[in-house]
Amino acid sequence: MNRRDILRRSAAAGLLATPAAGLLAGCATSGGDDKSDAGTYKGTKSEQNPLGVKDDAPLEVVIFNGGFGEEYAKSHEAMYKEKYPKAEIKHSATQEINKTLQPRFVDGTPPDVVNNSGAGQIDPNGLVSQNALADLGELLAAPSLDIPGKTVKDTLLPGAVDVGSYDGKFLVMNYTYTVYGIWHSTKLFTERNWQYAKTWDEHIALCKQIKAAGIAPWTYAGIHPRYMSWPLISTAIKLGGPSVALAIDNLEPNAWKSDAMKTAADAWYQIVKDKYILEGSPGLDHKQSQTAWCQGKAAFISCGSWLESEQKDVTPAGFNMTVAPTPSLGSGDKLPFEAIRGTAGEPFIVPAKAKNVAGGLEYFRTMLSKKGAQDFTKKVASLTVVAGTTEGVELPFGLTSVVKALEASGSNGFNWVYNNYYRKLERNLVDAACGEFFSGRSTPAEFLDQCQKGADSIAQDSSIKKYKRAA
Amino acid sequence: MRHGRYPLIVSFLLPPLVLYGIFVLSPYLQAFQISTTDWLGYSAQADPVGLANFRTLLHDGYVWNALKNNAILLALVPVLTIALGLFFATMLTMGGRKGRAGVSGVRGTSVYRLVYFFPQVLSVVIIALLWKEIYHPNSGLLNGALRALGLPAPTWLGDPRFAFWCVLAVMVWSNVGFYVVLFGAAMQAIPRDIYEAVLLDGASRAVMLRKITIPLLWDTVQVAWIYLAIAALDGFILVQLMTNGGPNFSSDVIGNRMYDTAFGSETKFGYASAIGVVMFFLTLSVAVLALRAARRDRIEHS
Repeated sequence: MNRRDILRRSAAAGLLATPAAGLLAGCATSGGDDKSDAGTYKGTKSEQNPLGVKDDAPLEVVIFNGGFGEEYAKSHEAMYKEKYPKAEIKHSATQEINKTLQPRFVDGTPPDVVNNSGAGQIDPNGLVSQNALADLGELLAAPSLDIPGKTVKDTLLPGAVDVGSYDGKFLVMNYTYTVYGIWHSTKLFTERNWQYAKTWDEHIALCKQIKAAGIAPWTYAGIHPRYMSWPLISTAIKLGGPSVALAIDNLEPNAWKSDAMKTAADAWYQIVKDKYILEGSPGLDHKQSQTAWCQGKAAFISCGSWLESEQKDVTPAGFNMTVAPTPSLGSGDKLPFEAIRGTAGEPFIVPAKAKNVAGGLEYFRTMLSKKGAQDFTKKVASLTVVAGTTEGVELPFGLTSVVKALEASGSNGFNWVYNNYYRKLERNLVDAACGEFFSGRSTPAEFLDQCQKGADSIAQDSSIKKYKRAA
Repeated sequence: MRHGRYPLIVSFLLPPLVLYGIFVLSPYLQAFQISTTDWLGYSAQADPVGLANFRTLLHDGYVWNALKNNAILLALVPVLTIALGLFFATMLTMGGRKGRAGVSGVRGTSVYRLVYFFPQVLSVVIIALLWKEIYHPNSGLLNGALRALGLPAPTWLGDPRFAFWCVLAVMVWSNVGFYVVLFGAAMQAIPRDIYEAVLLDGASRAVMLRKITIPLLWDTVQVAWIYLAIAALDGFILVQLMTNGGPNFSSDVIGNRMYDTAFGSETKFGYASAIGVVMFFLTLSVAVLALRAARRDRIEHS
């Protein structure tokens, strides 16, 4: 056998090994029947133990090791163990929730608590439609661990329960509270004597002024252009009221082409037409665009309240980032300027087939206690869904502005959930449409058409479970 | 000595074969089975749906779009990579001007060889991130150079006209080095006296390459062809990291479609497996066709 033969034969072996068709089955072998709940842990319910935790039952927690790290979870686990010293807690953290846990879901042996987050998150619709999640309703009705006289539900910020609810059942506990808005540097604005604009006309005038000063008014993540759909939809909701979002979430026919959406798209097209976007933005990813913004190359960027901690390493000292609501279109707006999109994020779940479901719920009760929530806010500088737990906690500049914006917004806050119901719609289809629109390759009408076509394709796909929400 | 052979063969071959069977072949067979179900991936429940997934696939515009891109990759990546690989290897082994028998490399051959091979040492992930910065529309190396020359600076990865070609260029770049070394090694095995003989007959370098080197290298080129064709049907890691298939699906490839269907935007494992099965047959047919098309009479030298 000579060298060439060896090469040729290894090529033949490579043939079988290279294509990735086996990959899916390789990491997720189907098999194993539905297991009965013979092996689950149940304790006796009492006033002290409203969820019926078996005090010596082990608890397994899997945390997404992302922007928040895993330290916060370790201290929540310590609090749990304080109450149930006999319980053995198994903690693990991963960046790839999906790949790590998918086989265990199939096998019927999932962990008790999962922080289902990050880019490798498991599609919530996939879990919900396959009845893989435990109902968390009991948790909401249980008394709060350390806020006397209130149930867990009473302690939560508005909208915290809706986001994790599917057809009225509370299945996903979203722990952080995220505000989505337009960000700018107070330092830059003070230096230049600029004022954040409250109406769209003023905003355009300000953009003109900023551009004249040699700075690009806007930048965005061209590789993930859906970031720009957030202010655009927010503008439409402030104009037309929360029903605009409701129609989109419920996949109503022509929801994307409502008058409010049309007006909002036309308004936003102005910044594209007048070239108020940093040149090259369509080629940047989120980190690159946020960094350009931190370097003062652009004045505005659309992002959620995780922005401050995500940019911690590259933000210059004294940059003082501030979040603000989208400008109002005019006096006809249904919601005031202060109204801002706020929603619960960072999803936690208890799998339906977890051995220690009661323990999982009790762990959530620990997280949602005042002590647990304050500890989290202190450790990772993010708000939780538990109301009023920031008192006495020193917050960084950006997060302080988030708290202020939330207070100003009050009961006018709004949100949409189509991205939770149908991840593909936001991540693939609306994303692609935004890319075309904000790079100036499509018109507002074409943009809305493309979004609507995406929504229609989801509506017609019988393999995707549909959800409806009421106002 | 024959009686001692079988225990040896069994003990050396059986464990790898068993591992191969468990970790490569059995997932393949399962992928075929899963592709005929509506399995959604997070419960054990999967109902057989026959060939419904493949029927859906036939009408899935996104899949066809991705396949179209793979077809372009298939047509261009092997040709460009092999042509560049042959060119550089020739320069390195016989591009020099030393002596009449002109079969030595250009000066600094060993350094060049090292430099060419360099991308092969880097993980694909690093290559993708590296090039993402090179293509950075504002602070990237490429646009910096273009601006210095007074040329327009496009938003490479953000423009549907360019994104796909940018990824293709990286794919060729990251592969060429390996084939330079491979072809170079094969060229060194060609006896020098053949070259000396044709040089005495007055052959030019181009004729030498066409009539002597390539025919004698043909087996190696064929192997390269098959490998590159398979790589062209994949292209997943570069696309996923550099553009994620965008903008507006302009740089999507079939591997990315499969990943996105299973882990990205939805969790349709049955459907994703069907895409995987299609990939399997495509790769297989491409390899068989490449072997057939590249078959030639073998030229032996001894």
